[in-house]
Amino acid sequence: MYVPHTEKDKEEMLKAIGAASLEDLVKQVPSKFLWPEFDLPRESLDESQAAARLTELSKKNCRPLSFLGAGAYERYTPAAVKAITSRTEFLTAYTPYQPEASQGTLQAIYEFQSTVCALYGMDCANASMYDGASSFAEAVRAAVRITGRRKIVYAAGVHPQYMDTLRTYFAHSPEYTYAKVPMKDGVMDKAALPALLEGAACLAVQTPNFLGLIEDMDGVADAAKKAGALLVAAADPVSLGVLKTPGEYGADFAVGEGQSLGLPLAYGGPYLGLFSCKKEHVRQMPGRICGMTKDKDGKRGFVLTLQAREQHIRRDKAASNICSNEALCALAATVYTALLGPEGMRELAEANMGAAAHAAGRLSSIKGCSLKFKGPFFNEFVLAVPGSAAAMRERALGQGVDIGLPLAPLYPELGETLLVCATEARTEADIARLEKAVKEAI
Amino acid sequence: MICVSAIDNRLSVEKSDPGRRGLKIKNPLREKACLKPELRRKDRPKLPEMSEFDVIRHFTRLSRLNFSVDTHFYPLGSCTMKYNPRFNEEAAALEGFASLHPLAHDDCAQGTLELLHDLGSRLKELLGLDAITLQPAAGAHSEFTGLLLAKAYFESRGEERDEIIVPDSAHGTNPATASMMGFTTVNLASRPDGRLDLETLKKHLGPRTAVLMMTVPNTLGIFETQIEEICRAAHEAGALVYMDGANLNALIGMVKPGELGIDMMHLNFHKTFSTPHGGGGPGGGAIVCRKALAPFLPVPTVKKEGGRFVSDFGDGRSIGKVKSFFGNTGVLVKAYAYMLAHSVKEFGEIARCSIINANYVRALLQDLYPSYSKEYCMHECVLTPGPDLAAKGLKTLDVAKGLLDRGFHAPTVYFPLIVHEAIMIEPTETESKETLDEFVAAMREIHALGVSDPQALKDSPHTMPVKRLDEVLAARQPNLRW
Ligand SMILES: Cc1ncc(COP(=O)(O)O)c(C=O)c1O
Repeated sequence: MYVPHTEKDKEEMLKAIGAASLEDLVKQVPSKFLWPEFDLPRESLDESQAAARLTELSKKNCRPLSFLGAGAYERYTPAAVKAITSRTEFLTAYTPYQPEASQGTLQAIYEFQSTVCALYGMDCANASMYDGASSFAEAVRAAVRITGRRKIVYAAGVHPQYMDTLRTYFAHSPEYTYAKVPMKDGVMDKAALPALLEGAACLAVQTPNFLGLIEDMDGVADAAKKAGALLVAAADPVSLGVLKTPGEYGADFAVGEGQSLGLPLAYGGPYLGLFSCKKEHVRQMPGRICGMTKDKDGKRGFVLTLQAREQHIRRDKAASNICSNEALCALAATVYTALLGPEGMRELAEANMGAAAHAAGRLSSIKGCSLKFKGPFFNEFVLAVPGSAAAMRERALGQGVDIGLPLAPLYPELGETLLVCATEARTEADIARLEKAVKEAI
Repeated sequence: MICVSAIDNRLSVEKSDPGRRGLKIKNPLREKACLKPELRRKDRPKLPEMSEFDVIRHFTRLSRLNFSVDTHFYPLGSCTMKYNPRFNEEAAALEGFASLHPLAHDDCAQGTLELLHDLGSRLKELLGLDAITLQPAAGAHSEFTGLLLAKAYFESRGEERDEIIVPDSAHGTNPATASMMGFTTVNLASRPDGRLDLETLKKHLGPRTAVLMMTVPNTLGIFETQIEEICRAAHEAGALVYMDGANLNALIGMVKPGELGIDMMHLNFHKTFSTPHGGGGPGGGAIVCRKALAPFLPVPTVKKEGGRFVSDFGDGRSIGKVKSFFGNTGVLVKAYAYMLAHSVKEFGEIARCSIINANYVRALLQDLYPSYSKEYCMHECVLTPGPDLAAKGLKTLDVAKGLLDRGFHAPTVYFPLIVHEAIMIEPTETESKETLDEFVAAMREIHALGVSDPQALKDSPHTMPVKRLDEVLAARQPNLRW
């Protein structure tokens, strides 16, 4: 317990209040509701006992050599990132409602927004959303607001959980319709676009897509524009160390999962929703936005701005209901990218591509295994395997290797396949172990 | 805040030196990367080029420009800025938790699944409700989840209800969520004492009412004494009652919200359960609800099967997913660490001392800063600048800035909207009497200064890294990036 009050403190304070007891203060609560029975531990744990319990639990998780990706990526978190995010001046501050007392957080947000713009090649970005999936859903919502249309066209390679989340965000109304751009060789079949895009609010694409393949975005924005639809692009920010940016291929909104910028996997969160757009859509951005301004003496400073979009001002007319976002994760990503710089981001992206290319080469040389698709990929790829992929995964786990995600539950049309990911955290020796584990699991 | 160079307010990119490097990636597999030129980005991203030390110094400097719970009393009403135990941080950083991939096989995730299951079970008991999802990332995200549950529930009963009743004292996220989900918000005027008016409520309740959203205690720090009747009236109209649980600190271990008659509520782990707010997140949310709503909860939830914990994907009636993967698990580990550190009695002590602290501040300031409500408050109080300051043309904002100069973060200001010039103070239970005494003294000093030299207060803050900022300029000519 972390309450400082002694019995004497409480007595003195009650006396100052002019109340005889706590019961006096809570008379507004009908007494029958006060102090019920709880079937909960009578004793709390002291810190060492709690530490022992938590350590024991953490050890019940096993730690295989993992080749899982699929939207969350194992990456080394540099000591300098942890050092900054554990500065309690950042950690224990609230949303910067008092700008004069929050310039540190505010400038960090400004630098974060700038970093997102730089990576995605976009005009403006917000202070973050909950995760990649909620950024994606909010971008599509913005496209629906802007165009006034209700038809959502999406590529088959969009992360299935992003689509699940999107459908939840639109679940309140049957008016919204969805059209899927079919897959050809693991990427969207661009020939299908003109017909599908008719009357659409947006085309939502992810590249590298869920299967790791890099979509060819040439002419895609034009196709959308011709139909009066907006282009929403989701991209892994690390891939943008080398890949063509959403800005370059003409996206209206660009979003992504910022976990891959050095945040721990932590079983799904807290992650970091990246959200950016073209200048003309800035007033349709959800969430907090930080802007640079001047103080009374003309000195540079930062404030939350364009707040007329937000729930605390507009209430039921707000662009989104988001209040708290993922500020500390955004800080981590900002420090991470500042440490790497443009060169480091390129090295990082190339190391991912190289590791995955090496893994793909090794695994496809195994008898019975092959690459499902021929197209260029970033840091993960689809491996066709002989027999049940799920059973193979379980057998390999027994050997301490997680060989990847069986895709049959998500993409039955792909048959028995695994989505295998290798980030820069995987070495040649790791990949040799993977190869051995796959061979033995067949 | 001491001795931070005020002049050097350059951005990281303005400290950049081409060719300077921080972190390098040397994995030799990089050699195997190959990419067609047409797939490559053309421009180099404009990111800073700095040494690691430059980066550390830059961000360390920024950190020192902040007020935070660790450095300053931070009585931000509705935000529950209590002490964030260091132990929580260590727990979440344990390698076994931090490195677990969200798509890990259940067999590999037994520790985390057990933790989530135990956290969920304890919360259900603490709150007197039947089922829980830990997937929402924050309070507003939980509200969204809760209203979707209501939607699914009514659909399953073949009922069409499209109105959400929200009192005018509610937090902005309540009406924003309602309209985001396609509901019409019915704004309910509060009584002069800040409470809901049962008769007015009854007039608004009807076959179109889906949900009554109410904050308990409400945003004035007042308990809805007639809550039982309110819930009954809502239920008689066939509606559900949603409790915004942002203010649970006032009730924890003292009242079981489920017994009040509500159907579902949300938690903000970053408020009541001491997880740090990080300058705006990450938070953690939950919806805790009655059995009737359980089938619709987002998936997966965790269940125990034999001796094993498994992800449960439900029976097809779920509303789906509100975010990818499980939830903000790292935050939930911290909340669990906090849970372990409290017995039932100790939870009750949190409620008790948060109420004493708020009333103490209120009692010592009432003469100069009249309280909106004439009764005792629960965990927070809403004060106003009072006639002396008003006579000098001083506003709540001036009081807030005056506090910054005295080493205190300002309370929440101008919320709730129903109070003119609101100063909403939530001390939380972790602040000692001495700190509150210092805060009271500062507030009284500000009052005296306002009366004797109002301009000095209007010009405050004087001691911060920047003076008052031009928000109009920021909005008119948005400069949002380098
Ligand atoms: C009463 C109330 N409801 C809802 C919220 C929204 O919570 P969150 O910021 O976690 O989304 C807040 C937070 O400020 C609040 O005070």
